[in-house]
Amino acid sequence: MLSLKQTRHLRTVLIGSLAWLVALAIFFPIFWMLLTSFKTEIDAFTSPPQLFFAPTLENYIHIDERSDYFHYAWNSVVVSFGSTFIGMLLAVPAAYSMAFFETKRTKNTLLWMLSTKMLPPVGVLVPIYLLFKDFGLLDTKLGLVIIYTLINLPIMVWMVYTYFKEIPKDILEAARLDGATPGQEIYRVLLPIAKGGLASTILLSLILSWNEAFWSLNLTASGAAPLTALVASYSSPEGLFWAKLSAVSTLACAPILIFGWLSQKQLVRGLSFGAVK
Amino acid sequence: MSITSLQAGVNTASDMATGSAGPKLQKRRRSRVGLAMVSPSVLALLVWMAVPLAMTIYFSLIRYNLLYPGDNEFVGLENFYYFLTDEGFVAGAFNTLWLVLSVLAISVVAGVLIAVLVDTPFFGRGIVRVMLISPFFIMPTVSALVWKNLLLHPVSGVLAAVWRFFGATPIDWFTDYPLQAIILIVSWQWIPFAVLILMTAMQSLDQEQKDAARLDGAGPIAIFWHITLPHLARPIAVVIMIETIFLLSIFAEIFTTTGGGPGYETTNLAFLIYSQALLQFDVGMASAGGLIAVVIANIAAFMLVRMIGKNLTDKA
Amino acid sequence: MANLTIRNLKKVFEGIEIIKGIDLDIKDHEFVVFVGPSGCGKSTLLRLIAGLEEVTSGHIHLDDKEITDMAPAKRDLAMVFQTYALYPHMSVKKNMSFALDLAGVAKSEVESKVSEAARILELDHLLERKPKALSGGQRQRVAIGRAIVRQPKIFLFDEPLSNLDAALRVQMRLELARLHQELNATMIYVTHDQVEAMTLADKVVVLNGGNIEQVGSPLELYRHPVNQFVAGFIGTPKMAFLNAQVKASDAASVTVALDSGPVYTLPLDGRTVKVGDVVTFGVRPEHIQVADAGVSEFSVKLDVTEHLGADTYCYVKAPNGETLTVRASGDYMGRYGQEVSLVPELAHCHLFDAEGRAIPKPGAPAQAA
Repeated sequence: MLSLKQTRHLRTVLIGSLAWLVALAIFFPIFWMLLTSFKTEIDAFTSPPQLFFAPTLENYIHIDERSDYFHYAWNSVVVSFGSTFIGMLLAVPAAYSMAFFETKRTKNTLLWMLSTKMLPPVGVLVPIYLLFKDFGLLDTKLGLVIIYTLINLPIMVWMVYTYFKEIPKDILEAARLDGATPGQEIYRVLLPIAKGGLASTILLSLILSWNEAFWSLNLTASGAAPLTALVASYSSPEGLFWAKLSAVSTLACAPILIFGWLSQKQLVRGLSFGAVK
Repeated sequence: MSITSLQAGVNTASDMATGSAGPKLQKRRRSRVGLAMVSPSVLALLVWMAVPLAMTIYFSLIRYNLLYPGDNEFVGLENFYYFLTDEGFVAGAFNTLWLVLSVLAISVVAGVLIAVLVDTPFFGRGIVRVMLISPFFIMPTVSALVWKNLLLHPVSGVLAAVWRFFGATPIDWFTDYPLQAIILIVSWQWIPFAVLILMTAMQSLDQEQKDAARLDGAGPIAIFWHITLPHLARPIAVVIMIETIFLLSIFAEIFTTTGGGPGYETTNLAFLIYSQALLQFDVGMASAGGLIAVVIANIAAFMLVRMIGKNLTDKA
Repeated sequence: MANLTIRNLKKVFEGIEIIKGIDLDIKDHEFVVFVGPSGCGKSTLLRLIAGLEEVTSGHIHLDDKEITDMAPAKRDLAMVFQTYALYPHMSVKKNMSFALDLAGVAKSEVESKVSEAARILELDHLLERKPKALSGGQRQRVAIGRAIVRQPKIFLFDEPLSNLDAALRVQMRLELARLHQELNATMIYVTHDQVEAMTLADKVVVLNGGNIEQVGSPLELYRHPVNQFVAGFIGTPKMAFLNAQVKASDAASVTVALDSGPVYTLPLDGRTVKVGDVVTFGVRPEHIQVADAGVSEFSVKLDVTEHLGADTYCYVKAPNGETLTVRASGDYMGRYGQEVSLVPELAHCHLFDAEGRAIPKPGAPAQAA
C-alpha cells in the first residue's frame, strides 16, 4: 500500500506524462513543418520521413525563388495592421461610449453588432465581389483592409467594451473632479489604465486578419494577395515544393504564433465575446 | 465616411473642454458625444450588413450569369428551386452538417478532457499549455497543406510511415476518406480553441467547492461529473456557438486540399456557393445559395444570442 | 470661507425620488457627517454636492456663489472615494499632482504642495510608488492627499473607511479627526456607521428615505432623538422599543403601562397624547439595571449574556415575548434562563407616539423633523 504522499506523487507524474504526450501530439505538425523547412526537397519527400538529416538554410535563403515572398508578406503586414488601426479608431470610441454612457439601447446595439458576425461570408460573397469589381477594389490592399476592419469590428468593440467596463467609474469621476476635460479623461486616465486590454485587442485583430483566408482567396490575385493566398498557391500539384512550402509557412506563422503565446490569457475574452475571462 | 464622423465626435469633445458646463448641460452634451462615438461603428456595420444582403436578395430573384450577359429577367424563386434540387446541394448540406457536428463533438470532448488534464500542476505545465493552443494560431491554408503533404501523404507522409511501422498499408486519405481527412484537419485547428477557453474557465472553478465535495466522499469521477462539468456548461455553450459560426463557413481548408472533390464528397455549402459564383459565374443561383446559408447561420445565431447573449450583457 | 447652503434639493432618478427636498446649512470649519441606512440617499446627496449627479430641482450655494449646475472641477471641492479611485497607472506623486497639473499650476508650486501634503500624511517615502504597491491604509492616505493638495473649500468623503479592516479603521478615524483640526477645513463625510458619525462629527445629519430625519450634534442626537428612527439608529447596542399604552398625561408627566407589565411615569410633556393612546417606550441598554427577581415589577428572563470585559450585555425576554438589551457591569454573572427584574432610569427613557415622533421633554421646544 502506498502512502498518501506517494499516491499523490505518482498521480502527478502520471498526469504530467499524459499531458506532455497529448501536447506533443498536438504540436507535432507544427514541429514537423519547422523541421521540413530545413530539409532539401529530396529529403522532404524521402519515404520513410527522416527525423535526422543534414539541415540546410537554403529554403529560407531562396525564399523568393518560387514566388515573391516579401511582396506577399508586405501585403499581409499592410492589410492586418491597416485594418487593426482603423478598427481601433472605430472600436475604442464606440466601446467608450457604450461602457460609460450606457443608454437603454446599448445592450441591443452590442448584441446586434455581435449578430453581424453570424452573417456567413458566402452569403454576401457575390455582391461584395461585384461591388469590389465596380469600385476597382478587387485585388487591392485597401479592399481587404475594409473587409477585415468590418469583420473584426464587432469582436474589437466587445473586447474593448469589457475592458472599459472593468474600470471603476469612481476613477473617472475622480478625474472629472480633478478638472479633467472629457478628452483628458480619455487620454490621461482611461487609455493608460486600459492599455493592457487594448494591446490584446490589437493582437487579436492582427491574428485574425493575418490568418483570414476566405476573402483573401476570393478577392485578391497576385497584386494584393497576402501570405494566406501565397501558401494556398502551393496546393497546385506541379512539382514538389514541400520544403519550400514549409519554410514559407514557418515564416508566415511564426510572428502570429508568438503573438498568440504572449496574449493567450487575454485573447480568451475576445474569442468568447467576453463570456469567459 | 466613418472617419469624418469620428472627427466630428472629437470636435464636439474639444468644444466641451472649453466650456465650464454643469452636470445638466454636461449630461446632454455627453450623451450627444456618446452617440457620435458609437455611430461610426454602427453605421459601418449597418452598411456592411444591409447593402450586400439586399443585393443578394435581388440577385437571387433574377437570371444573372456573368458568362451570358443580357436580360437579367425576374425569375421568382427559380434560382432557389435549381439550387435546392442541384445534386450538389444535397451533398453540400450533408457534408456541412457532418463537418460541423463531427468537429464540434471532437473538439468539445477533447477540449474538456485536456482542460481537466492540465488543470493540476505538473512539470512544464506552461510549455504544455503553449503547445496545446498553438495550432489555433496557424493560418488555415498552412495547416491544410502541412497536413495534406507532410502528414497525410500516402507515400512520404508521417502517418504513412507509422502505418508501415505497424505492418499496415498506408491510407490514401484524400482519395479514400476525403471528408474524414478534412474533419481531422479542422478538428486539429479547433481543439486548441476549446482548450484555451475551457482551460481559462477551469481556473475560476472554486477550489473550496472541490474540497467540500472531497470531504463529502466524492471521488475524481464524481467530482468531474457533478462539479467540473456543470461549472464548464456555460463556457462549453460558448465554444459550441462560436465554433458553429466558423465551421459553417469552412472554406480555405477545402479550397487548398480537395477543391470540393472527389465529386461532391468534400463540398460544403460555402464551397458550393463559391464554385457557383466564381467558377460557373452563375450569380443568381449563388445568391440563392448564399441566402440559404444566411438562413441556416441565422438559426444558429438566434440560438447563440438566446443562449449566451443574455449572460454576456448581464455579466458585463 | 466655506458656507454651504442647500435649499429644497430634489433628485429624481428614473421616476423614483431619491432626494425629497432637502434643506441644509453647513458652516465654515464644520465636520458634518451624513449617516443613515443604505439606500437613504446620503451618497446621492454627497454626489449632488460634488456635481457628479445632476440636480433635478433646488439650489446649492457655496458662500454666495450658486454651484447647482457648475462643472464638478469648478466647485472648489475635493472628494475621497470609498474605493479611493486612485489612478493605477500613476505614482503616488502623480496621483496627488494630477489636478494641479491639469489646472496648469507652476511646477515649483505643485512640488511644494505635494511635498507638504505628503509630509502631513507621512507619505514622503512612498511618493514614487504605484498604488498597487501600497497597503489599504496608505492608499487611503494618498486619496486624502490628492484632496489636500487642491486646497478645496470643502472636503467630501464617501464612506472612506469602509474598505479597511477594523483596527486600521479606528486608526484612520483618529487621523481624520486630527486632520480636520490641523487643516481647519470644512468636511462632509458620508457613512453608514453611526460610531464614525458620533466620534467624528460636529454635526450629524441623519437621513432616511431621501429625507433628513434630524440634524444635530452627536450628543443632541443621542439625548434628544426627535423620532423613533433616529433613536434606534444612534447608539450601540440599539435602544429597545417596547409597546405601551398611555394611562395618564399632563404637561409635566406621562404615565404608561407597558404591555409587558410594569407601569411607569416619565417626566415628559404629555400634552400631545391622551389616555388610551398606543405609544412606544424606548430605553437604551445603558439606562437600565438588572436586579434580582422580585426587586421591581418588571420581571424578565435572561437569555444570552455576552461578556465584553468592562461590560456585560444581557439579552432578556419579557413575559409577552418582547426582547431588550441591558448593559450590566463586567462582573455581572447571570445564568441562561434565570428570572431577573429590570429597573429603568426613567429620566433617560423615551416615548414615541404612533407616528414615531418623540414626546418632548417639558419646556423643550419641539424640534422640527
